[in-house]
Amino acid sequence: MGRRDEWLDLPGDPTVDGVDRRDFVKVCMMAAAALGLPAATGVKWAEAAEAGLKPSVIWLHFQECTGCTESLLRTSHPGLDKLILDMVSLDYHETLFAAAGHQIEAALHDAVAKGGYVCVVEGAIPTKEDGIYCQIAGRTAIDILQEVGGNAAAVIAIGSCASWGGIPSADPNPTGAVGAQEILKDKTVINLPGCPSNPYNFLGVVLQFATMGTLPALDDEGRPLFAYGRTIHEHCPRRAHFDAGRFVRQFGDDGHNLGYCLFAMGCKGPETYANCSTLHFNEVPDAWPIGIGAPCFGCTTKGVGFTKPLFQEAALPPNYVPPIHPSDQRGPITPGWAGVVGLATGAAVGGALMASKKLGEGETEGS
Amino acid sequence: MSMDRRTLLKGLAVAGAGAVAPVEASEKYAEAPEDAVGMLYDATRCIGCQACVTACKTANNLPGNRYNPPEDLSGETKNIIRLYQDGDESSYVKSQCMHCVDPGCANACMIGAFKKREYGIVTWDPDRCIGCRYCQVACPYNIPKFQWNTGVPLIVKCELCNHIIHDPDTGTLREGALPGCCQACPKEAVIFGRYTDLIEDAKQRIAERPERYWGPDGEPKIFGLTDGGGTQVLYLADLSFEKLGLPTLGDHGTAKQAREIQHGIYRGFIAPVALYGVLGLVMWRNNRAAKKEEG
Repeated sequence: MGRRDEWLDLPGDPTVDGVDRRDFVKVCMMAAAALGLPAATGVKWAEAAEAGLKPSVIWLHFQECTGCTESLLRTSHPGLDKLILDMVSLDYHETLFAAAGHQIEAALHDAVAKGGYVCVVEGAIPTKEDGIYCQIAGRTAIDILQEVGGNAAAVIAIGSCASWGGIPSADPNPTGAVGAQEILKDKTVINLPGCPSNPYNFLGVVLQFATMGTLPALDDEGRPLFAYGRTIHEHCPRRAHFDAGRFVRQFGDDGHNLGYCLFAMGCKGPETYANCSTLHFNEVPDAWPIGIGAPCFGCTTKGVGFTKPLFQEAALPPNYVPPIHPSDQRGPITPGWAGVVGLATGAAVGGALMASKKLGEGETEGS
Repeated sequence: MSMDRRTLLKGLAVAGAGAVAPVEASEKYAEAPEDAVGMLYDATRCIGCQACVTACKTANNLPGNRYNPPEDLSGETKNIIRLYQDGDESSYVKSQCMHCVDPGCANACMIGAFKKREYGIVTWDPDRCIGCRYCQVACPYNIPKFQWNTGVPLIVKCELCNHIIHDPDTGTLREGALPGCCQACPKEAVIFGRYTDLIEDAKQRIAERPERYWGPDGEPKIFGLTDGGGTQVLYLADLSFEKLGLPTLGDHGTAKQAREIQHGIYRGFIAPVALYGVLGLVMWRNNRAAKKEEG
């Protein structure tokens, strides 16, 4: 039997064979297709990489579970090996590095000194007691982020923890955990919240920066609009059940087996901005919470995920439920006004009566 | 015939007093029938999904759906969920017929199209209705709606899905049958049952979690227990019922008030006699003046 790559019919192993141009362009085009970008973008990426324009990436880990890295490891369009070996130059990543100790710290130092790199932050930054709750190589997370993030060409906060604090910042937030933007106040931080963040959203941002040197348009919470512009609810595959009033009432009931709407189980889809409902995780159909019958937890929206109880109902979009008394604009008709109108009417009627009497009298006199 | 000023004023005063002064309740305060059924709506459980709105339309064969959602009760909507929101305070609230113990509509209906039927359900009979819409004016909850846009308009209001829950052949309730909204609610925010059971249920909820429910002076309140003479649809909420669009009615219904005024006017037949007496007097005086002129 041949090598694993051969019987999986994957392009050759770059570490052994090197990669021919054809295979490499294929990988780039696969990546572009996964992100819904035109194939020409893939060719551009390939050209950029060939020209030695691979952006340097420094990946920082703070208070987190490494879930975002783990989900990135499981992508296949492109696979992580293609990403970190061919498309970007991953200069520092505590989970993936073979090196350790002084050697790796030196690598970090060199990469920072070179500049022009992308700083990816995974995990929240503790701020209580001068940030002593998270230290690497004797330095606090605040120090490291200020130095590495401060010199970066672009800062990407991956996952809910780095975006605004996520789980570590959940009440009572014992370590005073905050997101990367709180520490790098002067810099534009691209937030890719999610628990974990969908790796394709990350790839989209990194590859856009790698090829075109630009960053995507962001919403007011620093999230790319291409991924976080709409709520889960808007494109939810179970939306029809919501509209028809068919709801899961308890886990495992008939409605649950039939794939009914999970809103009544506390699904936060209506107030959670993310593209999970259209871009499932790791190319596995329905590999996302609602797809497997679990209510959306709201992990991409601050104030929802890790804040609202799991089974509490979500807030529906504004104007979705009609307000009380929509057509009840009765105007300023108070008893006082009614009295005034009554008096005026009375005066008018009285005046008319008097006038008609006078007219009548005139007629009698005239005849 | 002669009537001095003193007698005239006396008569007017008596008639006036009869019309204005509240008459002591000559009838017994209305009570729900023993077998009354109703609904209990708990706004604190409602999640605003509006499944009940859709289910009501299906159960009653009414047009409209979630893609063209109703804004208010109308000629094609018997049940609606609306939202009260003011800053951080918010609550959903359901509106449908309250099935009053002493219904204003049935009291106002001159032709008997509105009737409080078996199990205390307030129904409307299209064969009797003459379309006067007095019921709309008489209802303190603004529930009966008129189909303004049809040639043969109907009055539309919740009849507690009488056609589903009630078997007209045997006259009994169908086993396990529920009104559309109660069937559809995924959170049991609105439930159907015997009126007495519902009251017990509501009291138990309050006893278990008194902090969850609103009431005047911090005393949790069941709306409909006595409000407006009592309603067979009961409400629990964590905000004042006035904010949720329910009127403050006191312990007696508007129907009772209307009856008191109507019956008061005719009490002892004083007012009609006085009125016609005065009219007669005026005619007599005019007659006399005319005769004098002729003479």
